Amino acid sequence: MSQIHVTSRINGDATEFLCDADETLMDVLRDRLGLTGTKEGCGTGDCGACTVAVDGRLVCSCLMLGAEAEGRNVATIEGMATGDQLHPLQQKFIEMAALQCGICTPGILVAAKSLLERNPDPSEEEVRYWLAGNLCRCTGYDKIIRAVMETAADMRRAS
Amino acid sequence: MALDDTKKAQQFKVIGTRPDRPDGIDKVTGRARFGADMVLPGMLTGRILRSPHAHARIRSIDTSKAEALSGVKAVVTRADFDDVPEDMADILDNCMAGTKALYDGHAVAAVAANSSAVARKALKLIEVDYEVLPHVTDVDEAMQPDAPVLHEGCQQETVPEGMSPNVIARSEFGHGDVEAGLAQADRVVKRTFRTAATHQGYIEPHACVATMSADGQGDLWVCTQGHYMVRNTCAAILGLEQGQLRVTASEIGGGFGGKTAVFLEPVALMLARKSGRPVKMVMSRSEVLRASGPTSSTSIDVKIGMTKEGRITAGMAELRYQGGAWPGSPVDMGAMSAFAPYDLENVKTIGWDVVTNRPKAAAYRAPGAPMAAFAVESAVDELARGFCLDPLEVRLMNGADEGTRASYGPTYPAIGLKATLEAAKAHPHWSAPLGENQGRGVACGFWFNFGGDTCVSLNITPDGTVTVSEGNPDIGGSRASMTMMAAEELGIPYEQVRTIIADTGSLGQNEVTDGSRVTFAVGLATIEAARAAKREMCRRAALVWGIDEDAVD
Repeated sequence: MSQIHVTSRINGDATEFLCDADETLMDVLRDRLGLTGTKEGCGTGDCGACTVAVDGRLVCSCLMLGAEAEGRNVATIEGMATGDQLHPLQQKFIEMAALQCGICTPGILVAAKSLLERNPDPSEEEVRYWLAGNLCRCTGYDKIIRAVMETAADMRRAS
Repeated sequence: MALDDTKKAQQFKVIGTRPDRPDGIDKVTGRARFGADMVLPGMLTGRILRSPHAHARIRSIDTSKAEALSGVKAVVTRADFDDVPEDMADILDNCMAGTKALYDGHAVAAVAANSSAVARKALKLIEVDYEVLPHVTDVDEAMQPDAPVLHEGCQQETVPEGMSPNVIARSEFGHGDVEAGLAQADRVVKRTFRTAATHQGYIEPHACVATMSADGQGDLWVCTQGHYMVRNTCAAILGLEQGQLRVTASEIGGGFGGKTAVFLEPVALMLARKSGRPVKMVMSRSEVLRASGPTSSTSIDVKIGMTKEGRITAGMAELRYQGGAWPGSPVDMGAMSAFAPYDLENVKTIGWDVVTNRPKAAAYRAPGAPMAAFAVESAVDELARGFCLDPLEVRLMNGADEGTRASYGPTYPAIGLKATLEAAKAHPHWSAPLGENQGRGVACGFWFNFGGDTCVSLNITPDGTVTVSEGNPDIGGSRASMTMMAAEELGIPYEQVRTIIADTGSLGQNEVTDGSRVTFAVGLATIEAARAAKREMCRRAALVWGIDEDAVD
C-alpha cells in the first residue's frame, strides 16, 4: 500500500514522515515519531489523553489523520518544557500534586496551556469547562483546577 | 514489627512534609513510560480475534489464510497451549477460549504481524465455525433451573441439589437467631437491590511487550498492579520456570483493582515464542470494556429489624453475585462485610456465587463490599428515617467496637468506627445549613486489610546516598511514601533517596498492589531495611574503630 508523505512542524521542528492514509495523528506521533507522551485512552475522542494543539487549536489526535498535519504546527507535551526549564504549569502540577497515576496529565497540561494562552485570568468555572474534555479517572480534578488557577495567577504577576 | 518505639509524630523530620513526587517530572513532561510506550527492536504488533457471540461452541478454527498473509509472523489459538495446573485453568480459558466462547469479546485467536494494519487484516482471514448457544447475563436469570448452562461439573457441595449448574457455591456467615431478633423489632424492612457490572475504567488500556527465546528465557514489560503475579501466572500457563521469566512493571495509568489479573500477557508470550520476535499488544478501549474484568453485577435481599429507639435487633442478607463466565465472584467478601460495621446479636448472610456469559470479574476497590454496603445501608437509612432518628446516631448506637463479635466470625480489636462517626458528627460539615439541591448522608462500610508477601532492598551507595527497590507498581505515589520513610529512618534528606520499582529478577516475591496494603506493608519493609542498613553500618564501623557496636552513633 502506498503511504503519504507529510511535511509538518512538530514542537517547532520541521518534520517529515510517511503514514498510511487511515493512520491517526496520534499513531504517527507515538509509533513513527517516538513522541509517546501523547496517550491513547479511548481512541474515540472521549478521554482527552491524546490532546495536542494543531496551529494553536486543541484537538484529540486520535480523531485527526496524520496526513492532515501537512503544513501544520503540532504542539505536544514533549514541547512544553524548554530544555530543563519546565513550563510554569508543569512546575505547579508537581508542586501541588495535581497528578496521581499520571496518564491523563500530558493531555491536561496541553489543554491548560492552551487556555492560559487565550485567557490569562480564567474563572474557576472557565477552567473546569475548558478541561471538561479531559478525564482523570483517579478523580484528582480539584488539585488540577487549583494548580491551573494558581499558575494563571503566578503568570499574571510575572508578566 | 512493633511500632511502639517509633518516634512521635511531632519529632518526624520528613514524614508529614509535602515533598515533590519523584515521578513528577517524568509525568508532566511525557517521559514516563506506560505500558504502550515501550518499543523493542524488531517488535511485532499482536492483536486478538474476539468472539462476537456471548455463548458459542467453537467447532473449528482455520488460521491457514491468516498464516499465509505477508507480514504475519505467528498465529495462536488454544491448541498452542498445553494443559495447565488446575488453579490456572480458568485464567488460561479466559485469556484464550477452549471449546466454547463464553462471553462477547472472549479471545479465540491471536496474530503477530509486522504492522498493525497487517495484523488487523490477518484477523479477518481467520475462520471460526461457531455453534451459537443460548446465553444468560443476568444473575437472577442464570440461577433459574431452565437457564442456559455455561459449565457442567463446577458446582460445589455447598449448593443444594436441584439448582442450576450456574450456581457454583453457597456461603453463610452469622450468629444468633435472626427470626427471634426480627420478632423483637418495632419495624422490619425487607428490600431487594440490584447493582450493575461497572468497569474500573482506568484511562490506560492493558498493554504489554513480550520477548521469548527458544531456551525458555522470557521478558515481559507490562502495565499491571502486580508483576510478580504476572510472572507466576504466565510461567504456569506457558510451562516456564518462574526464574526464567523476568517481568518489569511499566508506569501504570490507573488500575482500581482491574489490573490484578492477566489478560493479554500469556498470549503475547506465546506469540513471541512462536515468532521468535518481541510482540507488543495493546487493548483498544472497546476491548478493555468487552474483555477485561468489571466488578460483579448483583442482586441482594436485605431484611433488617429495628426498635423505635434505633437498636437493630436482627439483620439478614442474601447476596447473589455473578462473577462472569467462571467461578470466583467476590460474593463471600460481600457476605462477610455486609453487616460487619455493626454490633449485632442476630445476623446472617448467605452468598451465592453464580456464572453468567460475561467477562470474568476482577477486583474493584474492596471487591464485593460496596454493593453489600449499599443494600444494608439503604435499609438502615430507611428504618432510621421511618422512626425520625438521626442516621448518624443510629449508626453510633449499633456500631461495632473493640470486643464486638463480627458478623463474619472474629472478635474485633480496636477498629475506630465509633471514633470516626464521632469525628464526623463533630465536623462543621455535618451541621452546616444545606442549600438548594444539596443533600447530606452518612453510611458505614467495612473492608479487610492484610500484609502479604513483601520484599524491599535498600542499598547505600559509596557516596552515602540511597536506592530503595520495591516490588509493587506505584499507582499513585508510593515511591514518594517509601522514599520519605527511608529518609526518615536513615536521618538523611528526602532528595538523597531514590526509590525504584524493581523487576521480578531483581527482588524477592511481592504480593500485588491491592487491598490498600502497599504503604502499610512495603512501608514496614522499607523501615526494617533502613534499620538493618544502620545496624550493618554500625557493625562495620565498630570493627574498623575497634569499639563496641553500641558505641557507634
